[in-house]
Amino acid sequence: MAQDHRPPIESGCPDGFQYMHPVMRKNYGDWDYHEHPRPGVLLHVAKNGDQIWTVRAGTQRILDVFTLRTLCDIGDKFADGYVRFTIRSNIEYMVADEAKVQPMIDALEAEGFVVGGTKNSVAMISHTQGWLHCDIPGTDASGVVKAMMDELIDEFKENNMPNRVHITTSCCQINCGGQGDIAINVQHTKPPKINHDLVSNVCERPSVVARCPVAAIRPALVNGKPSLEVDEKKCICCGACFPPCPPMQINDAEHSKLAVWVGGNHSNARGKPTFQKLVAAGIPNNPPRWPEATAIVKRILRAYKEDARDWERINDWVERVGWPRFFELTGLPFTKFHIDNWRGARRSLNSSTHIRF
Amino acid sequence: MADQHHDTPMLDELENGPWPSFISGIKRLRDKHDDTRINGMANDLLGQLEHSYETRKGYWKGGTVSVFGYGSGIIPRFSEVGSSFPESKEFHTLRVQPPAGNYYTTDMLRQLGDSWEKWGSGLVTFHGQTGNIMFIGTSTENTQHFFDEINEYGWDLGGAGPCVRTGMSCVGAARCEMSGLDEMKIHRTLLNNFTDDVHRPALPYKFKFKVSGCGNDCMNSIERSDFAIIGTWRDDMKVDQEEVKKFVARKGREYVIDNVITRCPTKALSLKDDDTMDVDNRNCVRCMHCMNVMVKALSPGDDQGATILIGGKRTLKIGDLMGTVVVPFMKLETEEDYEKLTEMAEETIDFWAENGLEHERCGEMVERIGLVNFLEGVGIEVDPNMVNDPRQSSYVRMDGWDEEAEKWFNRKAEEKAAS
Ligand code: HEM
Ligand code: SF4
Ligand code: SF4
Ligand code: SF4
Ligand code: SF4
Repeated sequence: MAQDHRPPIESGCPDGFQYMHPVMRKNYGDWDYHEHPRPGVLLHVAKNGDQIWTVRAGTQRILDVFTLRTLCDIGDKFADGYVRFTIRSNIEYMVADEAKVQPMIDALEAEGFVVGGTKNSVAMISHTQGWLHCDIPGTDASGVVKAMMDELIDEFKENNMPNRVHITTSCCQINCGGQGDIAINVQHTKPPKINHDLVSNVCERPSVVARCPVAAIRPALVNGKPSLEVDEKKCICCGACFPPCPPMQINDAEHSKLAVWVGGNHSNARGKPTFQKLVAAGIPNNPPRWPEATAIVKRILRAYKEDARDWERINDWVERVGWPRFFELTGLPFTKFHIDNWRGARRSLNSSTHIRF
Repeated sequence: MADQHHDTPMLDELENGPWPSFISGIKRLRDKHDDTRINGMANDLLGQLEHSYETRKGYWKGGTVSVFGYGSGIIPRFSEVGSSFPESKEFHTLRVQPPAGNYYTTDMLRQLGDSWEKWGSGLVTFHGQTGNIMFIGTSTENTQHFFDEINEYGWDLGGAGPCVRTGMSCVGAARCEMSGLDEMKIHRTLLNNFTDDVHRPALPYKFKFKVSGCGNDCMNSIERSDFAIIGTWRDDMKVDQEEVKKFVARKGREYVIDNVITRCPTKALSLKDDDTMDVDNRNCVRCMHCMNVMVKALSPGDDQGATILIGGKRTLKIGDLMGTVVVPFMKLETEEDYEKLTEMAEETIDFWAENGLEHERCGEMVERIGLVNFLEGVGIEVDPNMVNDPRQSSYVRMDGWDEEAEKWFNRKAEEKAAS
């Protein structure tokens, strides 16, 4: 009964100052410049000369309590008990004393964590939930990321790229993983299979119809029962009908594929922010190590590293050399699917004689 | 005790290679944890995950679970193959709001870890892309116990479903010289003003605030939040000419010309013959590039504030949208300034709550009704900074032109008088 329950304390977002390293607290808003002494390490200098050293490490993101405690032990031993996490789920330790930096790196590496992810590295892949937890995933983002980071670990630990590279993965087309210089996302390639016996019990039909971005869903009577039907010619296989109506099964062991997109850049540096563009699709969803997807990512990274100039992000590079050259340098096929036909597509068509030979 | 370990030949493959493995972590819970509830749960979770790897399908379905008093904050998960994997058949995630900037003491992490070990699976992620700490995997009953325990020592749930979601902020003023804002204060002022809307989903769809201290936008605010607050400045960039000279001496003129001067999007920079730098500040668009390269020599100006953009989101349903500038510059110093920001957020959410369709993000509504209707709805004047280009299509009724032109001139005159 309600009375037996403890009412929640609606405290909202906690005050972070209580958890912040004292040197950061003291110099809040008063930083002067930073340096990058080595990959994985940042030095920030305040206007009054105070210094703070940050060591950044990649982890398995999904932490078990044992691993969490190991990370805490390292923080207690070397970093006065203060840590923070980055948007890409790396852990950062801050210290005011340079002498602690190398021992802390050694301790992290001894426990199997990977120091790096700063400046011109391939940063940790930001990703979503996948088979471990989401209810609509076409693949296991955590698995794809683990397999891929195994192969990109040297790029994480070093600073060999022209500029930073942010990779994201998403386990469905909804794309919770977000924009990336390279994004690896699931792409469904077949319309949903409808289990008509369940629709009338489980789905609120008008809201499912409303959810479809291309109006491909119609109410229908199937075997005398109210159900839904899909105009398969219109359907773009986005999967948006699945969450409100699970009998519209979109995931398919065979036909849920991976696709790779490039050139998403959230920063305003140089150009305005950009969205990612399709470069490769039809890549098999091949657990446990997804070698085909990794091979394509590595191919793109190689071309970028060889051809781009300092400070060019992937989108800057492609803008300079042009898309035909991108496909040439990466050896990826250009198909009719690369030509946008969504609303506003004309914006993406070339109406000039600007052509490189 | 999990007497019988599920065979996991495919997952075992993910223990190979040098990157830390989440599978090894789950196995540690299965093999080394002394609580039979936890190791049983880990075993069956591995079993179901292996089944997913074999069949290339997911087996979780949603439901409704929440803690007493809230309607939101839990992602309920029930297994569709629970009869084969009974100990993880309920595996809900709690979304817990972190402090802005994601700072922790190890003491606090340990305390959270201990509570989660007591009531949950022992698996946790710092943080999901929406910004929450995700405590992954517990039963319906323990969801309440865990929440009660951590809520007592200062933690609260974030949003899930059609509500205001947990915000995100960059490290900003705490460690970054580029920051033009008090990200923590903005974040907490906004989020905590909408606590009721975080906990009780009653909006058309999700609504996200993200704060970045400068145009580098480390939080992806423009692309990934409905309400993006980005730090900027409007006086002149600061140039330390001695440091410029040192930089040129170290890197060479060619490097500086190729990587700084010619990369400025508005051609606002020039390198002088005496190796000093000239900035055409009226044309600098605060893109941050030159400052990112010449960290010591160039810095943001002193008259700092925020640019606000509305309506960023990812793919569903009409495709990706970037936020659109609605406030080119807003001072955020005094309490009054903060009140103005909060009011603007309230107006935005109220207008969208009234006019948005079910499951329609704020940006999609703006796209459907047009920016001008939105601006009129929330009481913001038009500004040329809101567009890349003025209208191209001549198919429009313009019978109110004279009144609108007069409004503009009046506004300009008022601004002039005030300055
Ligand atoms: C019902 C199923 C859904 C579940 C369980 C779900 C779950 C999640 C989770 C767990 C995250 C954080 C990802 C992570 O870091 O692990 C996330 C983020 C996100 N989700 Fe979903 N999601 C669902 C549906 C959707 C839908 C329908 C959309 C459509 C627009 C969507 C858009 C997003 C976006 C844009 C983010 C990233 C937000 C940010 O960057 O702040 N999700 N979702
Ligand atoms: S990308 Fe899709 S499958 Fe993955 S977490 Fe988001 S909604 Fe779920
Ligand atoms: S998959 Fe997408 S396009 Fe196809 S019917 Fe469902 S909602 Fe419509
Ligand atoms: S967004 Fe700007 S202020 Fe914030 S951390 Fe990034 S560079 Fe620093
Ligand atoms: S901040 Fe950007 S726009 Fe301004 S001068 Fe530097 S490079 Fe040019």
